[in-house]
Amino acid sequence: MKVSIAGIISEPGNSTENKTGDWRTFRPVVDLKKCKKCGICAKFCPDSAITVSKEKGAEIDYDYCKGCMICMHECPFNAITQEDEEK
Amino acid sequence: MKKIINGSKAVAEAVKLCRPKVLPMYPVTPSTHIPEALTQMKADGELEGTPITVESEFSAISACIGASATGVRTFTATSSQGLALMHEVLHTTSGMRLPVVIAVANRALSAPINIWNDWQDSISQRDTGWIQLYCESNQEALDTMIQAYKIAEDKRVLLPVMVCMDGFYITHATEPVDIPEQETVDSFLPEYKPEHAYLDTEKPITQGPFSGPDSFIQIKFEQSTATDRSLEVIKEVAKEFGEKFGRHYPVVETYKTKDADKVILTMGTLAGTAKDAVDEMREEGKKVGLVKLKAFRPLAKKELIEALSNASEVSVIEKNISLGTNSGAVFTELRSLLYGTDPIPKTVNYIVGIGGRDVPKIDLKAAVKNTSGCGDGEIFWVGVEEVVR
Repeated sequence: MKVSIAGIISEPGNSTENKTGDWRTFRPVVDLKKCKKCGICAKFCPDSAITVSKEKGAEIDYDYCKGCMICMHECPFNAITQEDEEK
Repeated sequence: MKKIINGSKAVAEAVKLCRPKVLPMYPVTPSTHIPEALTQMKADGELEGTPITVESEFSAISACIGASATGVRTFTATSSQGLALMHEVLHTTSGMRLPVVIAVANRALSAPINIWNDWQDSISQRDTGWIQLYCESNQEALDTMIQAYKIAEDKRVLLPVMVCMDGFYITHATEPVDIPEQETVDSFLPEYKPEHAYLDTEKPITQGPFSGPDSFIQIKFEQSTATDRSLEVIKEVAKEFGEKFGRHYPVVETYKTKDADKVILTMGTLAGTAKDAVDEMREEGKKVGLVKLKAFRPLAKKELIEALSNASEVSVIEKNISLGTNSGAVFTELRSLLYGTDPIPKTVNYIVGIGGRDVPKIDLKAAVKNTSGCGDGEIFWVGVEEVVR
């Protein structure tokens, strides 16, 4: 990761460059065969890391997902399962 | 121009010459005369910058950060409990790489409550990432203030500096002091124009942001490297100052050490007393010298080993105590430094003058004599009753 002196942020609006998903110890995985595209997981995700579309169903952005597994608990169709994160 | 003034006034004169823009200050004994003199200068229309009356030392150093982050030179002065109250923000200042300069009038820390001099206050802040320079005289305090800004603001450093001076011995003692001309100081110390930390609405930046495990260790590594690198800058600045003002202060000063087998190692005003003690012992035919540590942070490792290379006995005399090791900070660091050198001189620690107990020449001479007769690594408290309550 490129860091400037004292971590000073010299350009505004660049927070998207900082990925925070590396805290995760559990990885939620969507089974698209079970996903009904209802969007409940996206509504409950505290990090807004899930998007649901008619075309692709639920998609998890692993750059920001912290692995809290709330999505798995909330999914009415058990379409999300938990895996151990391996690095 | 030569004037007979106390050390606090000398520091205030130096600060005025350095033209800081913002001076948040909260008075505390024995540094009180510094803000007093500076606010008087402001009232008389002599001081360019703006003194701010703040509600505590925590606020004083926080306001220094705020002002420095906009890209201007800042100053504050404190002592003892005041410096202790600043502790958290001292880490922030150095971590944000802001070249704030503080005058520390060294004083004991409570309890018991005591207003007199020792080094416990600044030594307790040694790991806050500040450069620490210790002064022997009023003149050195004035001269070090001017150099401190140049060191702090150097692009290779960008770190805050503590100019440490013994409370009362410097702050309240009156000595002849040479006050340089404004023009000369201006040519030595140009206006602070930072490239990393400033306030510009056309080019907004974020200072002091959150830093996660991915970047924090990198930032601290760079800060540590800059602190090490500052040693060369301190030496360069001292040399340039010497050429311009005729007074040179090395990071490790040696006095009559060339042929000395017995050496006193100390800091601050104790070095002045020690020079007299060395002269007297020399008259008695003893080969004694003095090594004065000016820069405690960064520690001038190479220079210190070199200064002690001819000595077989080193008496480390200091006004601080690291409780739990029953020794002073300089002693512990010196012993660690000497490990691996060959031959290793005998080193003995003397804890003196804590809470302002006077340290006369006779104590220093007795220490040198005692070192010859005791074991390596022994630690002595001078002038205490061997009783534990």
